[in-house]
Amino acid sequence: MAEFEPQIIAFTCNWCTYAAADLAGTSRIHYPANVRIVRVMCSGMVNPMYVFKAFESGADGVIVAGCNYTDCHYIDGPVKCDAMFARLKKMVHVLGLEEERLRREMISTSEGVIFARVVEEMVEQLKKLGPSPFKIKMETLA
Amino acid sequence: MEEVKIGVYVCHCGLNIAGTVDVEEVAKYAATLPSVVVSRDYRYMCSDPGQDLIKNDIKEYVLNRVVVASCSPRMHEPTFRNACQEGGLNPYLYEHANIREHCSWVHDDKKINTEKTKDLVRAAVKRVYHHEPLEVKEAPVNPNVLVVGGGIAGIQAALDIANGEKRVYLVEREPSIGGHMIQLDRTFPTLDCSECILTPKMADVGHHPFIELLAYSEVEEVSGSIGQFKVKVRKKARHIDESKCVGCGICEEKCPWKVPSAFEMGLAMRKAIYIPFAQAIPNLVTVDPDLCVYIQSNGKKCGACIKFCEAKAITPETLLNQTDQIIELEVGSIIVATGYDQFDPSVIPQYGYGKYDNVLTGLQFERMTCAAGPTGGKVLLKDGREPESVAIIHCVGSRDQNYHEYCSRVCCMYGLKYAHLIKEFTKADVYEFYIDMRCFGEGYEEFYKRLSEEGANFIRGKVAKVTDQAVTEEEKGKLIVVAEDTLLGRLIRVPADMVILCAALEARADADKVASLFTLNRRADGFFLERHVKLDPVATPTDGVFIAGCCEGPRDIPDTVAQASAAAAKALSLISKGKITLESAIASVDETRCIGCGRCEEICTFHAPKVISKNGVMVSEVNETLCKGCGACAVVCSTGAMLIRHYKPEQILSQVAALTEVL
Repeated sequence: MAEFEPQIIAFTCNWCTYAAADLAGTSRIHYPANVRIVRVMCSGMVNPMYVFKAFESGADGVIVAGCNYTDCHYIDGPVKCDAMFARLKKMVHVLGLEEERLRREMISTSEGVIFARVVEEMVEQLKKLGPSPFKIKMETLA
Repeated sequence: MEEVKIGVYVCHCGLNIAGTVDVEEVAKYAATLPSVVVSRDYRYMCSDPGQDLIKNDIKEYVLNRVVVASCSPRMHEPTFRNACQEGGLNPYLYEHANIREHCSWVHDDKKINTEKTKDLVRAAVKRVYHHEPLEVKEAPVNPNVLVVGGGIAGIQAALDIANGEKRVYLVEREPSIGGHMIQLDRTFPTLDCSECILTPKMADVGHHPFIELLAYSEVEEVSGSIGQFKVKVRKKARHIDESKCVGCGICEEKCPWKVPSAFEMGLAMRKAIYIPFAQAIPNLVTVDPDLCVYIQSNGKKCGACIKFCEAKAITPETLLNQTDQIIELEVGSIIVATGYDQFDPSVIPQYGYGKYDNVLTGLQFERMTCAAGPTGGKVLLKDGREPESVAIIHCVGSRDQNYHEYCSRVCCMYGLKYAHLIKEFTKADVYEFYIDMRCFGEGYEEFYKRLSEEGANFIRGKVAKVTDQAVTEEEKGKLIVVAEDTLLGRLIRVPADMVILCAALEARADADKVASLFTLNRRADGFFLERHVKLDPVATPTDGVFIAGCCEGPRDIPDTVAQASAAAAKALSLISKGKITLESAIASVDETRCIGCGRCEEICTFHAPKVISKNGVMVSEVNETLCKGCGACAVVCSTGAMLIRHYKPEQILSQVAALTEVL
């Protein structure tokens, strides 16, 4: 059987982390292809509903990443994102998901290398955890 | 709703995408997706023929949605939105899939890349299905410009704009404009005197009818956005009557209280009431309230300045009761030109800065050779003797993994300038310790050659240490510079009377605060980040905020001036256009769902939503000029009434679901 390849959805803010992923691209910094990026304007725009949708659709892990506290285009988006993320962490248990499937990051525009490293780490982590139990449950139901 | 007809365009980008993605297969796959009526791949979608494909298909296939899969939307989304508009489609009926930066350039397995690209294209198709046309609104641009920082960059930018007869507010936190350039003695490679070329520009700033100079002031708060910024500036109390002070300097002469002068890099003292240097603009005295004994004793002691001021500019009232003023400005654009700090070489203990009297930084040596400086232009050791040998150490804190990895760009050249000045003023031998000589500008290489001919000794090698531990008779009483001469391949010891450290240029210590004030980003090295390193070097990710000079990274005076003029041109072109396009992707309220709970109002940083009574029902209303579209309100809205246009739940959810869809 082929090795389990986790699927990751990364919600990234337009101004910092999305740009960091762009920089990883222009600098040709290679990282695993397991991640799919969804561009949002601000990490504070990420609704828990979006994260649940990702898990419901078969994601094994979700990254929510945006600017640092001092870089935010909207002044305090990261603070709002933190608050949302704290609520989210409490809620994922309901789905039978481990907290480690969620990752909150602040990656600034110039940190392409860090973006690549975060994806690598997340892939490693998810390989250890195995496929999302929620996905397995959905598949049995279907 | 009319039938959705989507056109999909997959770009090869030469081999940038096609090299690691099977673009034809992706285009074929896209054609099988629901509502896709045409799907193509093309070598360069951003080219005119590429854009024409879109425009023609909009007509031929009556497309009402377009997806382009190519580079980052941060690069070409505006291009394709524009192509849609030219084809007669609302620009928001477009979606972009980033298959280059986020796929073909970062993963190498063609099969996996092709599958990932299909996912990204499928998600874009599913998302664009739910897109809605948005109205594009415009707003006027306030023609005033704020320039922050009164060094050569800020001065040049302010003059360029003011000469176009547009109002400039120039804010400088020090008592006078001039920045680091006014501290310099001569400028390489022409050796023209820095003061002589800068002071006319400073005087122009002081007199210009279109420049309002706010020296000894700092920006406290910035709100609003491009075209309509609101800025609060703290004008610090000088503790004198500025309208009466004539800058005669008698108060300074009579004041008995002294501290080391920051302008003279600690080589001379300044008084508690002072003008930092002779050509200061504005020519006003400033009282240092921490040092002034009259202020500290609450008027019980001293008061010499009050007694001697003929103009009656200094009174007990100004000294004791004058407070900072807050000035509110409205501007359409901002140029940040806040400069650099000199690296503190005392953090490299082996170079002995701060330990040995005759180890100086570059800026200290600049003051020493300046005719108006602390030694009256003489190169002197601490004990008043003239040095017999001088060592100049390059790359102090630059090109060094322990401090700054970057090259500070100006040190090689000013190191050469020092060698020339030492040769001119003294009979001393000069030793330049360098890693590489980087003499890249106009006339720079020629200057290097000239110095070689003037007899400066060049030693290629990084200095290990500066010590006073003599081992030979010749070394006694001298500083010994220990280095490896990498050309000879051996350790050498060079006795010198004076050592000059070419200290790095680094980001200002408070660059984080300034970045946060103007919503700038910083690079890993601490300097401010430009929008595009090559193609947009003075713009920043924040529209309407430009950067110039050393706040963006080390550079010499010619580059700084060029960049300042470029920033001024950007500001002027904005003023000339007179209007900006407002963000369309902002919040809107579904009033049928809103229960007027006010959570949106509570969370919004920009005070855009407000709960109001409409026909007796409490509902939220969004002020569209204040909303930035960050989306925080929609997250906290418990009824789903608050929606961000272009980022509505069905748009994002369909994209998310499609990305992980198991086929």
